[in-house]
Amino acid sequence: MYTAADLKKGLKIAINDEPYIITHFDFAKPGKGQALYRTKMKNMITGATMDRTYRSGETFEPARLEDRVMQYLYKEDDHYCFMDNDTFEQIHISEEAMGDAKNYLIDNLQVDVLIFREKAIGVDVPNFVNLRVVQTDPWVKGDTSGSDSKPATVETGYVLRVPPFIEEGELITIDTRTGEYSTRVKG
Amino acid sequence: MGSWPLARRRQALVERGAIFSRIREFFQGKGYLEVETPFRIPAPAPEAQIDAIPASGWFLQTSPELCMKRMLAAGYPRIFQICRCWRDGERGARHLSEFTMLEWYRAEADYLVLMEETEALVKHAAAADSISYRAERIELSGPWERITVADAFLRHAGTSMWQALAEGTFDELMVERIEPNLGLARPTFIYDYPASCSALARLKPSDPTVAERFELYIGGLEIANAFSELIDPVEQRARFVAEAAERAAQGKTAYPMPEKFLAALDEMPEAAGIALGLDRLVMVLLDAASIDDVVAFTTEEL
Repeated sequence: MYTAADLKKGLKIAINDEPYIITHFDFAKPGKGQALYRTKMKNMITGATMDRTYRSGETFEPARLEDRVMQYLYKEDDHYCFMDNDTFEQIHISEEAMGDAKNYLIDNLQVDVLIFREKAIGVDVPNFVNLRVVQTDPWVKGDTSGSDSKPATVETGYVLRVPPFIEEGELITIDTRTGEYSTRVKG
Repeated sequence: MGSWPLARRRQALVERGAIFSRIREFFQGKGYLEVETPFRIPAPAPEAQIDAIPASGWFLQTSPELCMKRMLAAGYPRIFQICRCWRDGERGARHLSEFTMLEWYRAEADYLVLMEETEALVKHAAAADSISYRAERIELSGPWERITVADAFLRHAGTSMWQALAEGTFDELMVERIEPNLGLARPTFIYDYPASCSALARLKPSDPTVAERFELYIGGLEIANAFSELIDPVEQRARFVAEAAERAAQGKTAYPMPEKFLAALDEMPEAAGIALGLDRLVMVLLDAASIDDVVAFTTEEL
């Protein structure tokens, strides 16, 4: 059982026995008033979104999802193909159901595939993944624009902001929960 | 996690420091004494919706309010403090569980005097005639907007303040309909809160259904909360008892009654006091999207 204080982006809860994932979370508290937990959530099966505001004290059931460890194989049209490491069974997941996870998929990456009532509905990628930078502008020494970051494209095609000292070909760690640069992988 | 989040905030932290310097300069120029009161206290004000973090049998302060009022009662007429406060369970893009408060108290003044002074302080801290916040240009130079809470409900929420209170939707409407519309083109003071929303404020003599309390909003962000102080110890005790009962009904931690504060109220002069969230003021002045962008460390980074 979760309480309103547990609500955060990425949490999966059950409403009317359907799994929802919190996509946006905002804590609000008018002066001297009660805490309000404002959420946007997405139905993990239909993709339908809705807004809900909760108060402290409200409780939630966790979404009853089964996790299966699988390996990413390849992308075909708008589907992603994964293989169960134990049974070698292959499954396909639509691009829509992948969400942001598609930004981090490199060949052979191990992911948790989420199963709801026998059907694969999405994947959980590790909190941190290492991806190689394939394009970013060089850092001009003495740059006085005051900018503390620049765009970079990594091998999956995902674009994010990185510190100016990151160069093409470098391996960087990305926090998949926020989609942001975390650190440079040295060596 | 590397030192990148800390390093990337350098510009914000430099500007934050400059804003703090200008705030101190403002108060020193007006005869205020900068004071420090203990962070760890035995008895926070028993407010229904504000939760203190326990610390070895006592509590981390949720505000320096009670100690600063005891100083007023002891004859310090103009005092200010910049300090850390802690509120359990408060975390979001505009909330940190440990945050920085500016509080100041002024004897022989009421909330209207503090509105003027708050306006002057923020202008001095900003050192600019206008700012850009969340793609809105906010004029600081002209007269700031002042509307009552009752008018704000009629204008933005489509219902009356009393109706909302009766239906238990006051806080939701405030957050969802009203706050986003406050302080957009220029800062807004919203004032005269329902008496039930103001545990430590004086009721308005001409209309005791409301309390002499105001909040300042800039760009939809709540910046400061002020009131003409309640200095009647009997009424203050009754309000605390009611708030404590509300806490008990919600299953929340009970606090000891702040007896030394209540005793000091007998000596306290007419006064007004205000709490201003400095991290949030820095947010609007620097156009930061999250409170995380204007502090050196968030809890999660420790």
